[in-house]
Amino acid sequence: MSAARDDLAFINRQSFIELQARERAKALFDAETARELVGPFDRVESPWLPLQGVTPQSDDGCVVMKGKISGRPAVVVALEGAFQGGSLGEVSGAKLTAALDLARADSERGILTAAVLLLETGGVRLQEANLGLAAIAEIMAAILALRPYAPVISVVAGTVGCFGGMSLAAGLSSYIVMTREARLGLNGPEVIEQESGIDEFDSSDRALIWAIHGGEQRYATGLADALVEDDTQQVGAAIRGLIAKGVPTVHRSSQVAVYRKRIEALDPTRQFDPKELRAQWGAGDSAPDGISAGGVSAGEEERS
Amino acid sequence: MERIEFDYPAKRQVSGRAHVGVVGSGDLEVLLEPTEGNSSHVLIRTSVDGFRETWQAVLDRFFSKYDGAVRIEINDAGATPGSVQLRLQQAVEVSEL
Repeated sequence: MSAARDDLAFINRQSFIELQARERAKALFDAETARELVGPFDRVESPWLPLQGVTPQSDDGCVVMKGKISGRPAVVVALEGAFQGGSLGEVSGAKLTAALDLARADSERGILTAAVLLLETGGVRLQEANLGLAAIAEIMAAILALRPYAPVISVVAGTVGCFGGMSLAAGLSSYIVMTREARLGLNGPEVIEQESGIDEFDSSDRALIWAIHGGEQRYATGLADALVEDDTQQVGAAIRGLIAKGVPTVHRSSQVAVYRKRIEALDPTRQFDPKELRAQWGAGDSAPDGISAGGVSAGEEERS
Repeated sequence: MERIEFDYPAKRQVSGRAHVGVVGSGDLEVLLEPTEGNSSHVLIRTSVDGFRETWQAVLDRFFSKYDGAVRIEINDAGATPGSVQLRLQQAVEVSEL
């Protein structure tokens, strides 16, 4: 990727990572079609944060926009990673669930509505505890209800990444789009180190973290469907392409046998490195339709 | 979290509203909306307690130049006075687009 990259185009690109949630969501729609639902001036904010002395945000860190992408109805939900780590609480969770439910209701009536989730999140908002957990269960149920009708596309651009319960939500989506700056995983590096010790996972070793959780690795092992540069045009093009592709015949999360076989083939008695995983899980496996065993392009540096 | 409120006299009605910023570390969110009457109201919720006088100084300066009748809500996550001033100016700019 780096070798083939057009440097001038790369310098002149509009970074997607640097955009805030609202700008990210808006950038994905056809011009002049986006409108925000339950925006900041509706003041639907978390009732729980002020009680704990935490400043709330007027949109609870969750931006919902409805509009058209490639002329087709779509809803985009963007989590603001800068606010409380993009965490899901009662309000932000309800907004995300309601957006997916409405897309499903429209789809059932024949107005197929794709959903794009821009996930910069650590998962459940700890200050809202069980309400956050319940929200994530509802989000997962809503994704499962929508995805037979229209694609649900999760985008992890960075730099927060997507962890905790929301990584499960990403796993249930029809497609996952990542940048090489992004990370996707159930437990974050610091959580793993804290629970299992520094010998298990050194959370200060950035090369190690990205070699395991990073977008490049996730794509190369077939766990993400598109790897794009940090470029708003490229992110938009990838999403339009996946919406055009439609609902996959078999979703990744339905491939229980495939993934069970892959896990059984691993030898947990020794440490295997990310490169081995690419070799075993990447190209060559009989990837079902809709699951790209992402090819690693020339000039790509290994980070393990 | 501390809650601080101020009132300032206003001379003219405005029509636009604006939302800028994010409640992220060292930053803040400003909601600016037109209001009836001849005064402006500011409500601040800040994660850093004990800076009422600093807020007053920043807002005194802002309202020495701005005379629209507005309701301003600030959700702050420890922004510096300079950042606050810039966000306020940005909110005015966006509201006048």
